[in-house]
Amino acid sequence: MVHLTRLAHFNAAHKLYNPNWSKEKNEEVFGVCANENWHGHNFDLYVTVKGEVDADTGFLMDVKKLKALIKEHVTDKVDHKNLNLDVEFLRGKLCSTENLAMGIWSQLAPHLPPNVQLHCIKLYETARIYVEYFGD
Amino acid sequence: MSNKVAVYRKEHFNAAHRLHNPEWTEQVNDQVFGKCNNPNYHGHNYELIVKVVGEPDPRTGYVMDMKLLSDLIKEYILDRFDHKNLNLDTAEFRLLNPTAENIAVVIYRILREQIDTRLDLQVRLYETERNFVEYPV
Repeated sequence: MVHLTRLAHFNAAHKLYNPNWSKEKNEEVFGVCANENWHGHNFDLYVTVKGEVDADTGFLMDVKKLKALIKEHVTDKVDHKNLNLDVEFLRGKLCSTENLAMGIWSQLAPHLPPNVQLHCIKLYETARIYVEYFGD
Repeated sequence: MSNKVAVYRKEHFNAAHRLHNPEWTEQVNDQVFGKCNNPNYHGHNYELIVKVVGEPDPRTGYVMDMKLLSDLIKEYILDRFDHKNLNLDTAEFRLLNPTAENIAVVIYRILREQIDTRLDLQVRLYETERNFVEYPV
């Protein structure tokens, strides 16, 4: 069993805002992150897959294929976007880093080759804040 | 030989923006600014490095009290730009396109008024890890 990680970047706007709450309650819970006019981040995304190494290629998975999957199913959909308004797979969800990581998992998991499993989505919102999601 | 020393303070802020020239059509904006023109904005973790150059004060050994520099950056820059939409929430970029270049110039001008004129000042602003600008040069 080997783990293989590919790093990707994207820049996006978002706000943390629960539409069922008043503006005051949102500000109380989410503070500056509730700013009505959005704020933004440079996100760093680490996608880790796992499986057995193929005897013929020496690869767990062709990283070019992994790069293309991340681009098609994740970064093309979120880069330079407003996460609350522009992203179909986050529609109706609170745009926290936790939910974004789980959403990215759902975007990628169905597209991996049969012998490869998704192991971890590690998502940095800032250099000091990141979340990890292992699919459970 | 000069006794000048450079001191640096590193800070960061997170903000949304879009690059847009209201005098151009949507098509030209899209051509020039590409995905940075997204009408719903996008955002960055900006990293700001403020450089102050001067001769250390013989009484303190300081070029500038770094606590004071930190307080000035917080009061005049971070409180103004952090977790804001630069286009919508700040007076500075209501009419000025919030490119990294323009943000660096604005930050320099704001801080220049607060820092002793005997000290030289330079601002470096990272929009991403790979894109950064400096002013003045």
